[in-house]
Amino acid sequence: MVSPRTAAAIDRVHAATEREGVLSISGIRKEFPGVLALDDVQLRIRPGTVHALMGENGAGKSTLMKIIAGVYQPDAGEIRLRGQVVALKSPLDALEQGISMIHQELALMNWMTVAENIWIRREPKNRFGLIDHNKMAQMTADLFDRLNIRLDPRAQVSELTVAQKQMVEIAKAVSHNSDVLIMDEPTSALTEREVDHLFAIIRDLRSRGIGIVYITHKMNELFEIADEFTVFRDGKYVGTHNASDVTRDDIIRMMVGREITNMFPKVDCPIGETILEVRNLTLPGVFHDVSFSLRRGEILGLAGLVGSKRSNVAEALFGVTPVESGQILIDGQEVAIRTPAQAMAHGMAFLTEDRKETGCFLTLDCLENIQSALITRSHVKNGFVQQAEVTRLAEDMAKTLRVKTPNLQETVENLSGGNQQKLLIARWLLTKPRILILDEPTRGIDVGAKSEIHRLITELAAQGVAVLMISSELPEVLGMSDRIMVMHEGHVSGFLDRAEADQVKIMSLAAK
Amino acid sequence: MSSQDITARAAPRSHRKLPAEVNILLVLIGIAVVFEILGWIFQGQSFLFSWNRLKIMILQVSVIGIIAVGVTQVIISGGIDLSSGSVVGAVAMVAMSFAQVSTYARAVYPALTDLPMIVPLLIGLGCGAVVGLINGWLIAYTKIPPFIATLGTMVTVRGFAKWYTKGQPISFPTEGFAWIGSGMMPVVIFILVAAIFHVAMKYTRYGKFTYAIGANAQAARVSGIDVERHLVKVYVIAAMLAALAGMVVAARGQTAQAGMGLAYELDAIAMAVIGGVSLNGGRGSILGTAIGMIIFGVIISGFTFLRLDAYYQEMIKGAIVVAAVVADVHRQRKRRKTS
Repeated sequence: MVSPRTAAAIDRVHAATEREGVLSISGIRKEFPGVLALDDVQLRIRPGTVHALMGENGAGKSTLMKIIAGVYQPDAGEIRLRGQVVALKSPLDALEQGISMIHQELALMNWMTVAENIWIRREPKNRFGLIDHNKMAQMTADLFDRLNIRLDPRAQVSELTVAQKQMVEIAKAVSHNSDVLIMDEPTSALTEREVDHLFAIIRDLRSRGIGIVYITHKMNELFEIADEFTVFRDGKYVGTHNASDVTRDDIIRMMVGREITNMFPKVDCPIGETILEVRNLTLPGVFHDVSFSLRRGEILGLAGLVGSKRSNVAEALFGVTPVESGQILIDGQEVAIRTPAQAMAHGMAFLTEDRKETGCFLTLDCLENIQSALITRSHVKNGFVQQAEVTRLAEDMAKTLRVKTPNLQETVENLSGGNQQKLLIARWLLTKPRILILDEPTRGIDVGAKSEIHRLITELAAQGVAVLMISSELPEVLGMSDRIMVMHEGHVSGFLDRAEADQVKIMSLAAK
Repeated sequence: MSSQDITARAAPRSHRKLPAEVNILLVLIGIAVVFEILGWIFQGQSFLFSWNRLKIMILQVSVIGIIAVGVTQVIISGGIDLSSGSVVGAVAMVAMSFAQVSTYARAVYPALTDLPMIVPLLIGLGCGAVVGLINGWLIAYTKIPPFIATLGTMVTVRGFAKWYTKGQPISFPTEGFAWIGSGMMPVVIFILVAAIFHVAMKYTRYGKFTYAIGANAQAARVSGIDVERHLVKVYVIAAMLAALAGMVVAARGQTAQAGMGLAYELDAIAMAVIGGVSLNGGRGSILGTAIGMIIFGVIISGFTFLRLDAYYQEMIKGAIVVAAVVADVHRQRKRRKTS
């Protein structure tokens, strides 16, 4: 029996859902130390639709999804679920309120069975209070039947393919009766046939009235599966449109359409002879047939979206994860680079992408951080570091790069991101490199430090250093590079000269 | 550097300029004072002002202190070594069997004449090096966790020690060999070893690389350091120091038994941790461990002085180690929040 009052309330909820969407958020703001990740962002997901989220790397898509999934708490803004304002305190909280997220890096427990993964925390019990495995397998099989998934509920997850694991994740989300399902680049590791199956499942879910948020970099997927899409840029909301109303070029323009400010002090400097040439570099399953050349005084920008494997190419060049086939020529001579030490012997230096993970020694002081690469090759006599000389060099370099620290005995974890980055650059400049590989040289640092680093890169190029610069920021790539190489999913998709390059051209090559 | 930069950042953290060892030294002084006060209350005499008590205390901890110097390097490199106690037992046996006087009826190798002290010493160090090579190789190249690798060698090496003479103790060393354990020799050896490795950790490439690997192995690799080869070196040095400790114990007691050095590895780790060496790697020093060793000694001899039951002593020792690790974890978390 439903009282007239309850019925009216239910009607109101239905009406609200129709009007505002199953999930609607507005005014969301999220700040991380030094970065405004989301600024007054809105999104509305209607039930029974697939809603694509588009944007460059760092546009704020992932942060927004983490807020919706309860991983992060917004600093400001409102989240309405079925018309009601909700607070999503944790991933579990979000899940219980009807929001499921399928992460890019799948979050299943490898050493448990498919059924155990799906029903974890909700296992059916027998009368002794123990888990009823037969019933659990039956529940899983029923669930799979509904979704048209063919998988053995008792299979161990570690033995499944990526696509099958994804099916398990989707089934798990459906088993929670979620109203909103978030998928973060679900097709990035799937074959074409698997993608078709996934899309069939998504269409089925859509017909059951579930709102699906679909993050992707791939244009053709957007047109195939999405009903609506929203574009973000630099943490801001750009617009929401029906997928049928726009063209590919419209979307690219929405993604990149920002003004290029005049913050890049690139001056043209004489470009010398070829110093580095790579031919058909291949690391099976990661990147294939990467060929390019680099000349003295040249800055070669390397652009591409997440999953383009740009950083892997840099790591391979420097011997961190050596290539399996292909040639590396330095000064026209073929060289073997299997370790970073060998790369350094050939005059290479590599500023890695992730300062904290692969760059800084956070517990050590500035001096140790600056000198670590230098003392692997020189300034050591009978095992003893020639500290007076090294300290002098390090101090000079820190001064040149304007590292802001009371002294070099300061522990690096107390420094700002920009100063940490300068220390790492100082580390490599002390080795006097001829080839400098920079992976995201200005990620996560403030504007002032950023332009200082840009000026420095230009100066180095003017001195004849060959620079390979990976960057996710198109204005940076466009502003700094003499030439731009664009990668897409492990392949080089094209080169652009400084004169002809613009954001739309790069994005067309990057987001095939 | 402009003066503005200095004032901008230096002011709030001027208290951090003191070396980390100062805090540990303060803890040592605090504990010593507490025992001094308790001594006057319960025993009616001074705890600290007894030359004999201090001598016994330092002798007690020096042998394990030698091990702790090696273990400190392992922990700074981001690992752990559980095998050192077993190395003490095994090397005591092997070195002793080559150090016996030839006239003794139950010599392990009756054909040997009296060998100069250097021979058993080198053989003992060699045995230690072999265990260190196995540890280092397992950890660096098979990538199994240091805890498991050295747990394995701990059991295996202890088994070897028992097998070596089928459980029989070995006695009657030559005078030369007995000398290294006589009088204050263990303390002298500890001071020498600690000084050498203090310098090595602070001023040589070996030390710099050890800290770098412990702080961030991936960054060390990208800096051009051969991480695997360096780790092998660290474990070899640690095991050789444990071997040296084993010979000192055997020489001091003039006898070797397979069970010698039982649980020494835990005491050595405790000294390092109490001395401020972070179990996460990349932080700590030999000097800190040396102070940690004395704290350890003061606590043990303080409890004995207060006639506290030996069983309580062990329980409290365990609690202190856990407390030191908790303090370290707490420090790390606080740092992470501020940075």
